[in-house]
Amino acid sequence: YDFSIELYEMGWNLKDGLRECLVAAAPYGGPIALLKGHYRRSPSARPQLEIYSSSGLPLASFPWKSGVVKQLGWTVSDDLLCVQEDGTVLVYDLWGGFKRHFSMGNEVSQSQVLETKIFHSPYGTGVAILTGALRFTLATNIDDIKLRRLPEVPGLQEAPSCWAVLTQDRQSKVLVANGSQLFILDNTACTPVTPPGLSPQASSIVHMCVSFSYKYLALLTDSGHVWMGTSNLKEKLSEVDTKIKTPPKQMAWCRRPKSQQPSAVVMWDGLLIVVGECKETIQYHLDDDSVLVPELDGVRIISGTHHELLQEVPGACEEIFKIASMAPGALLLEAHKEYEKESQKADEYLREIKEQSLLSEAVRQCVEAAGHEHEPETQKTLLRAASFGKCFLSNFPPEQFVSMCRDLRVLNAVRDYTVGIPLTHTQFKQMTVQVLIDRLVYRKLYPLAIEVCRYLKTPEYQGVSRVLKHWACYKVQQKEESDEVIAKAVSVKLADAAGISYSEIATKAYESGRTELAIKLLEFEPRSGEQVPLLLKMKKSPLALSKAIESGDTDLVYTVVMYLKNELNRGDFFMMLRNQPVALSLYKQFCKHQEQDTLKDLFNQDDDHEELGNFYVKASYKDQRLEARVALLQSAVDEYYKAKNDFSAKTTEDEMRLLRFQRKLEEEKGEQLVGFSLHDTMTTLLSVGLHKHAEQLYKDFRVPDKRFWWLKLKALAEKEDWEELEKFGKTKKSPVGYLPFVEVCIKHHNKYEAKKYVSKVTPEQKVKAHLAVGDMEGAAEAAIERRNESEISTVLSRCSATTDHLLMERLNRAKATAVKK
Amino acid sequence: MLISYQKKNKKKHHHLISSQLHSSLQKELLQFLLECCVGAAEPFYHPRRPHEVFLNPFCRPACQHRCKTRSASSQVYSAVQSVVGSLHMAHTEWKDAPGLPDFSLLKRLARDQLIFLLEQLPGKKDLFIDADLMSPLDRIANVTILKQHEVDKLYKVELKPIVSSSDQLCFLIRPRIQTVKWISDLVNADKVAGRFRRYKIIFTPQKFYACETVLEEQGVYGDVTTDEWNFYILPLDDDILSLELPEFFRDNFLEGDQRWVTTAGSALRLLQSVYGSFSKVYGIGRCAKMVYESWRELMEDGEQRTRQPEFAKVFLVDRDVDFVTPLCSQVVYEGLVDDLFRIKCGSVEFGPDVTSSDKSIKVMLNSQDKVFSEIRNEHFSNVFGFLSQKAKNLQTAYDKRRGMDIQQMKAFVADELKGLKQEHRLLSLHIGASESMMKKKTKQDFQELLKTEHSLLEGFEIRECITYIEEHINRQVSMIDSLRLLCLLSITENGLLSKDYRSLKAQYLQSYGIEHLLTFANLRQLGLLEEQQAGETLTVMESKVGKLVNDKTVGKLTDAFSSLAKKSNFRALSKRLALVPKSGEEYDLRVPRDMAYVFSGAYIPLSCKLIEQVLERDGWTGMEEVTRMLNGQEFAVTGGSSSSEARSKTDAQRIVLVMFLGGCTFSEISALRFLGKERGCRFIVVTTAITNSSRLLEALLDNSA
Repeated sequence: YDFSIELYEMGWNLKDGLRECLVAAAPYGGPIALLKGHYRRSPSARPQLEIYSSSGLPLASFPWKSGVVKQLGWTVSDDLLCVQEDGTVLVYDLWGGFKRHFSMGNEVSQSQVLETKIFHSPYGTGVAILTGALRFTLATNIDDIKLRRLPEVPGLQEAPSCWAVLTQDRQSKVLVANGSQLFILDNTACTPVTPPGLSPQASSIVHMCVSFSYKYLALLTDSGHVWMGTSNLKEKLSEVDTKIKTPPKQMAWCRRPKSQQPSAVVMWDGLLIVVGECKETIQYHLDDDSVLVPELDGVRIISGTHHELLQEVPGACEEIFKIASMAPGALLLEAHKEYEKESQKADEYLREIKEQSLLSEAVRQCVEAAGHEHEPETQKTLLRAASFGKCFLSNFPPEQFVSMCRDLRVLNAVRDYTVGIPLTHTQFKQMTVQVLIDRLVYRKLYPLAIEVCRYLKTPEYQGVSRVLKHWACYKVQQKEESDEVIAKAVSVKLADAAGISYSEIATKAYESGRTELAIKLLEFEPRSGEQVPLLLKMKKSPLALSKAIESGDTDLVYTVVMYLKNELNRGDFFMMLRNQPVALSLYKQFCKHQEQDTLKDLFNQDDDHEELGNFYVKASYKDQRLEARVALLQSAVDEYYKAKNDFSAKTTEDEMRLLRFQRKLEEEKGEQLVGFSLHDTMTTLLSVGLHKHAEQLYKDFRVPDKRFWWLKLKALAEKEDWEELEKFGKTKKSPVGYLPFVEVCIKHHNKYEAKKYVSKVTPEQKVKAHLAVGDMEGAAEAAIERRNESEISTVLSRCSATTDHLLMERLNRAKATAVKK
Repeated sequence: MLISYQKKNKKKHHHLISSQLHSSLQKELLQFLLECCVGAAEPFYHPRRPHEVFLNPFCRPACQHRCKTRSASSQVYSAVQSVVGSLHMAHTEWKDAPGLPDFSLLKRLARDQLIFLLEQLPGKKDLFIDADLMSPLDRIANVTILKQHEVDKLYKVELKPIVSSSDQLCFLIRPRIQTVKWISDLVNADKVAGRFRRYKIIFTPQKFYACETVLEEQGVYGDVTTDEWNFYILPLDDDILSLELPEFFRDNFLEGDQRWVTTAGSALRLLQSVYGSFSKVYGIGRCAKMVYESWRELMEDGEQRTRQPEFAKVFLVDRDVDFVTPLCSQVVYEGLVDDLFRIKCGSVEFGPDVTSSDKSIKVMLNSQDKVFSEIRNEHFSNVFGFLSQKAKNLQTAYDKRRGMDIQQMKAFVADELKGLKQEHRLLSLHIGASESMMKKKTKQDFQELLKTEHSLLEGFEIRECITYIEEHINRQVSMIDSLRLLCLLSITENGLLSKDYRSLKAQYLQSYGIEHLLTFANLRQLGLLEEQQAGETLTVMESKVGKLVNDKTVGKLTDAFSSLAKKSNFRALSKRLALVPKSGEEYDLRVPRDMAYVFSGAYIPLSCKLIEQVLERDGWTGMEEVTRMLNGQEFAVTGGSSSSEARSKTDAQRIVLVMFLGGCTFSEISALRFLGKERGCRFIVVTTAITNSSRLLEALLDNSA
């Protein structure tokens, strides 16, 4: 059932073919790496590392100068991994540029690498190593290396006959064969397993391979049998005898997703055998040394001259192209051919399909088959047939057809010899457009990538813009062009693209040592949040600070300020803040909570005596000890004088005096006073009867008379010390009048005392006073005397009709006369 | 998706995807695993980093930074998209007043995100909550919900050592340095004691670099995981949205710390992404301008979605544009309740004097309360009459019972009784509250206080006012009220005469202590309480100069002066905008004729008047002089979606969003409601917090640590 398609005639010119080469080809039509002369271990000749596209176009070539390479492999992001004997892994990009290296651990470097396998999992690209000590070390993701040393395999005396890496239950495991025994190694344990139904005559498993999806496993025994089953070893799918007992060079699965038939490919020197479900095998002869590259839906075979794809014939293609097929697709294709010839047979075929009402099925088959075809001509024929068939269907959804046309156009473009990415439609769907675009970008095929994005209408943010960004990142690394030229070129190209991050491009420029260019590029970055961190990294802190402030994002300003604080010495730091008031006020805010002393220094530097004074005042009332408080207040006084704020200075001096006074009294009288305001101090003193001391404060602090009277009045009334109150009332003429006396007495429910003061109240307030003590008669008298209309009304409103009948009459009369006037 | 999350699925989901979806080569396998745990193949969606869904694993390193910066906010928006469709209220019918959008959606979004964050720390955990987040949190997710998500015990953050036996501590806090420092100390103390726990800090609404710096400096950065809960907006009522950030005012206007600007911008963006874009944006004030800029930048950053807008216009206003209004005593019922009992996060606690029992009752005050919703905007003098009428009606409703047969009685009990009882309960509470207010407010000194305020607003008998204020201070009537009157005096008079300033200040310090030196420094910095520099006020000088040269030069001169000192120009503004109605005219408070009714007809709130004028003129044209006196910084921008402009006047076109930066008062909200009724539109108020004179001034005291 399998067939092979020739993909390319290889463009490379290899003298010795692939003999004596260490070869690694990436899946999904990825690049090929060769290490030439690898097996010639002569110290004089260095091996040569060469990288080619799938079509054999050279991408890079350089002599290998590092240690002995055990294995080559590709990562998912098209980086080349070279695993050395000592466990060091070197990473190169597609163009042979060195990126980085990492080690697989001490244990590996001591006991040396025996064998290596590079594998892919949902977590990234991993490396598994079998060391000279016959232990496995494994890293699941080379971008986030966590080395795991797997448990020992019991009874392993020499290198195992074969092994493979599996990914199961979100964990990477190693399957090892030691003779006929099979073990699964995971993080914690080594579990012996037996594949169900493995033929007993085998004494050793000589080769094994795992399918692309990690779902299936194939084992080759020394008896020449291939056992195929699921990788969890629960189910056997088939077993085939190859009748060849020599160990093969390579073995790989060749199976489409969702296909029911298991099939694997085994390769010996010059011979290739495909084994499947039935006992028969298919044999191919190979002229040349070849390498198998397992793919999602087949196997690629790369030889010194050719590049072929071996895959199971897709169902749709088989149906259509099988000789004398009566499948609807085949009939439709035939119908279309007749139609082109303008023959009425077309109608007959069509009728036949329609009678079985299989026309939509026919169209579907043709479209699907077109997808699997590699020849544009065949694709076209099939699609034309599909389109023809579609005409006779009223409600056939067009999406499938349209998207297939688009996909094929893209696929044909990337399969082109010059591009060299031989993807099948299945692979393309699996890898997604985004990844394809990335691959094109890695190959620096920017124009093609952009074309693809535009053609497939990929959203700009994920499509064109991303390609342009990569282009720009590459552009800024070109050393030969001047900063101006590059900056201009970049800005012109990227101008109208949405979602471009100039800061990323600038970062690239900075990393390649072009700080000036980076700054120029950052100017295009609209979001300050992106500019600032890079500017800091480039040590352009003043610029960073002003950008941060421009942005209005306080958090960003903080970032810069904190960075500067650690970076600069104190003097320079303060100087810089001084020029940026926003930053300064923010920093002050921070200091208020975190570093009080710094705050003081800041004010000092600015000669801000006013603020310094405030600072000391604040500090003073946080301190418990009197001496300290006074000392701090003294500092405040000095600062206030320097700030020419006499008022504050004087007030603060007063406060110091007050504090001392309070302290003295506290010691003498045992009354809690320190910290009270002047007013409260006096109230307290009066309430405990220390009139003289209160008097002293009144004089010393030039308390206004009014305040003192209010205060004393209230204090005495509260104590209900009526005698003292009366005495006080007589000392001199009250500056607040006598109405307050009346009110304060009433407040404490002493009408008797209140009445004493009514007579002293000024005429304007008489009515109020009388009313306050409830003397209606008096109030009426006073109001009538003053002939004040509103006052009369007030009194009236307080009279009750039953008891004050006469009074009301008088008032009404008086009111009438008052109004008349 | 965020909403339909099931706990079981999510963990696996999360694990899979966060562990670097590295290769689509192995997508098949991944898909298989996903199918196992999710059931059907759902698109890859990572709630924490939704953008990565689209991003290619192959270019991860380069894209990572971008993802990080965008993730926090976009998280909310992606989630929004999934819910919006189902929840959105359609307003198709044309009513006289347009219907309001359904803001409960915002609560749901916030709750779902919080639950997601809590589940990031699986297992039992103790939750520590910032004191001022308690009430807002209660509106979003009550204790039952928190317990469902394995919160064991709840504690209030008190900046003291803790007693918790849990191995997992979660802190839900505002990004404040002190709190973070306290957490660092906790972690360090645990370290010393050899105790191992897991700590997670959830900052809301966002984290600040300064906080992370503290964690770093204290050496606990690695021990603590941090996250953001993008809880920007709490809907307090149908038309009030609050950011619940009282510190916005002090931080922004006094300390010059603009860190909350982006928060306000993000809040607007959130509203926009949920309820659609705006056709026009107006604003005045420095902060308003910055908020607008930040909002615009966020909009540009994210994808544009053209949705049918729910609001037509947005008006941004800084609190420092109008300090007079929040300094006045409130006399509208809701404002008065706030002044006297302090409404906290939409609810108030009535003490025993109101409930006429021995315990306090907590009441929600919003439009759900039928009694309250009818009196909240009324001048206090009308409230009592209204309530007694209501009581009578209620009695009649109860009285219907008499003469009913069994069947009718049954129906009555089933349908009406519950409602009546509820109404009865509320009514008695509000009557109690009004009585308590009456007791306090009809006293003579309150009348005099109001009289003084009105005189100040009118600029009438200033000497008497000063004497009154002096007495007020001398008698230690109220620390805040005295300060309030001083500020009102200073603003309305463009600063105090040197002599008055010094004497009043000295008096004040004698009464309340020298530490108020700092309070005065703060007030001066904000321009709330100033000393006149020269002997003359600017306006006087201006008018004098004006007689000599033409108007244009006067304008330039004023500009020069206002750059020297920030002057309030209240008197001139008041004249130009007719804020103070002519005295002598009767003002019937039962039938308000303009917004002045919220201050007994004595003054139209400046902020609301500005809004009215700008909406009427559709911009600032013709108000050049006014804006100059307000120190400029005004702007008017036509929004991006021109398509909405073309559409005829729909409901949405008559909804105006007003954002107060630095807080707004209930009086202003009442005034805007009145304005809306007059103009046939609705106002939605977004504020950084509800404020009043006490809150405003308390924020400026400097006795906090």
